[in-house]
Amino acid sequence: MDGLRRRLLFGAPLAVAGLGGAGFYTILRRMQDNHYDPHALPSPLIGQRPPAFSLPGMAGGSGFSNTDIMAPPRPMLVNWFASWCIPCLEEAPMLMQIAKTGLPIWGIAYEDKPDAVSNFLATNGNPYTRLAADSSGLTAINWGVYGVPETYFIDTGGIVRSRWAGALTDQIVAEELQPLLARYS
Amino acid sequence: MIPELGHFALALAVALACAQGIIGVFAPGLQDARAMRAAPALAISHFLAIGAAFLGLIYAGIVSDFTVENVANFSSSQVPLIYRISGTWGNHDGSMLLWCFILSLCGVTVAVFGGGLPASLRARVVGVLGLISGGFLLFTLTVSDPFTRIWPPPLQGAGVNPILQDPGLAFHPPVLYTGYVGFSVAFAFAIAALIEGRIDAAWGRWVRPWALLSWCFLTSGIALGSWWSYYTLGWGGYWFWDPVENAALLPWLTGTALLHCAIVVEKREALKAWTVLLAIATFSLSLSGTFLVRSGILNSVHSFAAAPDQGLFILALLAVTIGGSLLLFAFRAPVLAATGIFAPLSRESALVLNNIFLCSIAAVVFVGTLYPPFADLLFGIQLSVGAPFFNQTVLPLTGPLIVAMAIGPLLPWKRAAIMPALHRIWPVAAVALLVFISMTAERHVIAALGLAGGTWVVLAAIWDLAQRLRLFQAPLQDSFARLTVLPRAAVGAALGHIGFGVTVLGIAGMTLAVQEVIVLMPGQSTTLGGYTWTLDDIRNAPGPNFSQRVADLTLSKNGHELLQMHPSRRFFTAQKTVTNDAAIHTNGFQDLYAVFADEPAGGGAELRLNRHPLAPEIWFGGLIMALGGGLSLSDRRLRVGAPSRVKTGKTQGAPA
Repeated sequence: MDGLRRRLLFGAPLAVAGLGGAGFYTILRRMQDNHYDPHALPSPLIGQRPPAFSLPGMAGGSGFSNTDIMAPPRPMLVNWFASWCIPCLEEAPMLMQIAKTGLPIWGIAYEDKPDAVSNFLATNGNPYTRLAADSSGLTAINWGVYGVPETYFIDTGGIVRSRWAGALTDQIVAEELQPLLARYS
Repeated sequence: MIPELGHFALALAVALACAQGIIGVFAPGLQDARAMRAAPALAISHFLAIGAAFLGLIYAGIVSDFTVENVANFSSSQVPLIYRISGTWGNHDGSMLLWCFILSLCGVTVAVFGGGLPASLRARVVGVLGLISGGFLLFTLTVSDPFTRIWPPPLQGAGVNPILQDPGLAFHPPVLYTGYVGFSVAFAFAIAALIEGRIDAAWGRWVRPWALLSWCFLTSGIALGSWWSYYTLGWGGYWFWDPVENAALLPWLTGTALLHCAIVVEKREALKAWTVLLAIATFSLSLSGTFLVRSGILNSVHSFAAAPDQGLFILALLAVTIGGSLLLFAFRAPVLAATGIFAPLSRESALVLNNIFLCSIAAVVFVGTLYPPFADLLFGIQLSVGAPFFNQTVLPLTGPLIVAMAIGPLLPWKRAAIMPALHRIWPVAAVALLVFISMTAERHVIAALGLAGGTWVVLAAIWDLAQRLRLFQAPLQDSFARLTVLPRAAVGAALGHIGFGVTVLGIAGMTLAVQEVIVLMPGQSTTLGGYTWTLDDIRNAPGPNFSQRVADLTLSKNGHELLQMHPSRRFFTAQKTVTNDAAIHTNGFQDLYAVFADEPAGGGAELRLNRHPLAPEIWFGGLIMALGGGLSLSDRRLRVGAPSRVKTGKTQGAPA
């Protein structure tokens, strides 16, 4: 009996490896089927105003608080990013494109250093109308941010209407952002 | 013709590897002495076959044979010779061949130098290596063939990826792969011992030199890679917590743990199950790291583009290798009971503590690396777990590791008391405390902690060594005489710890780095880090397969001209890519680092200027660690341990 128990105990690494392998198998199958639909979990903020916060400015941008986005003159995006995040790097050109269309993007740098952010913006362009720093990451927790990048769509009433976890893509802009803009402008 | 021969040699290698594997694993069970002797012979021929295939591919690269798709896509005749050679392994298919080549090299090393091992164990170790090799060679041959021909051939190749056109690339992958793949030998020893159902002190002594050798390579490979990204990527960063880097760090962490607890198996016959598990885990992490990164599952800037069906093949191979070995491990659990016992405070338990910390760090890095793809799988969101997570979780675990690693070597085996050890080491603690206090005075708490920790580790190792040599207590020639009889493994271990401490010092120093991004017109200057940086000129300069713009900078201090720096921007016309070639001036204790980032429309040069205190120590420490490993390998005890001398009476040992 003792031998069996020992075998079961020593089988734990096998179980962990097995679970991991099954996960990777599923991911690979999905990649093979081109079955990538990033249906993000519904954000608790949708239909509500963002919780109270006040963040200082960063890298030359001016900071903002929840009162600044209570009633924006036109719909806007709040983009969470960080200089250390590779998807953010990939997202940068897309944000520049959106900024050129005139849609204001307010940025919040998540757990980042001023030098690193200036460097990031100098290299990849600065799409942000205003730029705040969440150095402690506490505001991100209140917003329910999963990770960076994340983008929130806020209408003229200051209500969050949509949230995208992960980098914005052409597809998201065409199929989701444009209809939202048409509806809330 | 040569590529066809290479292709044929590759096919031959598959057959030989499978024969080596099957004969090696099963012959000892049949008690067939001739078959057991066949396995090492097959390992040699298998190595020769892969070697021929590898040379064939390199030849195609050297002569720029663009009918070979691999050469046409990743090389060109304008590229300098060294990159035409290194370009053959700078892509997915070629690097697979390099991987298999190194694996066969491991097999042949065991076959040749393992003459003193029991014949059945040697056959099984060589056999397990043959089975792994067979699987991955089959993969290379069927879905990742580097010898695929194209017709008509292009007039010119697409060229080497400009970022990879660097001396660092020529050395980094082979060294790193040798580290990764080298752990296959420790793995094969673990599997062979599990098959035989016998693990004892002798096993610990056999497996340690192999683990040590691959650890040295892995350490150097990681240091080289970090150095390479530091000077080529132009960010001045040396570690990005990128999945590829984490994939190399994970086996390093578990491999370091393996080195330490193999000592316990050898000396005390304890921690046997744990050591075997670490041997399996280290190679499994090397395998999954190398291949999952390539399959595109992990989002990485370095990943080779590979098709998902290749990913499934690899996953199946990983499942058989890792799953099979862990199954065997679970099945053999009853024979892995410990025989040596030790007190809660002893050298053994210090090594257990080291293992706990190293493995916790490995677990944290593992979770952080795999969380993004699994978050995508389970919740369907794509995100990045970045540097803040790793810094906040890894640093607190490194702290106690640093404290413990200085004290551990002072404790005796079996039973120890903490007070004598502390009594021996208090001057070192005092110095470390002094460093901490003087740095906190300047309000850099993280840097203060890091510098104090690094000082503590380095001085503790030196102090211990000095005490053993009775330096300054006895006459100098007496100390020297003691040095000659001191086991080299002890000096090597101290060097390893010193190297780690030096790396910690470098990392801590980097947190004090100062940086400025500035646009300067020729003639203008700026001050940073106590230096005046003046832009003299921006000019054109020729290059072999690129054109470049060079910024000429002069650095001066207090009005005295010190040095010239020439950062450049390189334009690779074939690939339409621009790279920034950073100019770095080092004096051994700080780097001055200048990048010519851009030429803005308004004229002038956008420069990124940095002063990196202690940056060279990061890689210097890695080098010291690897040297320490090498010194330990040359220890007489290990040479006697690889028992060729005992059995065959050869005069030369087998230092692995």
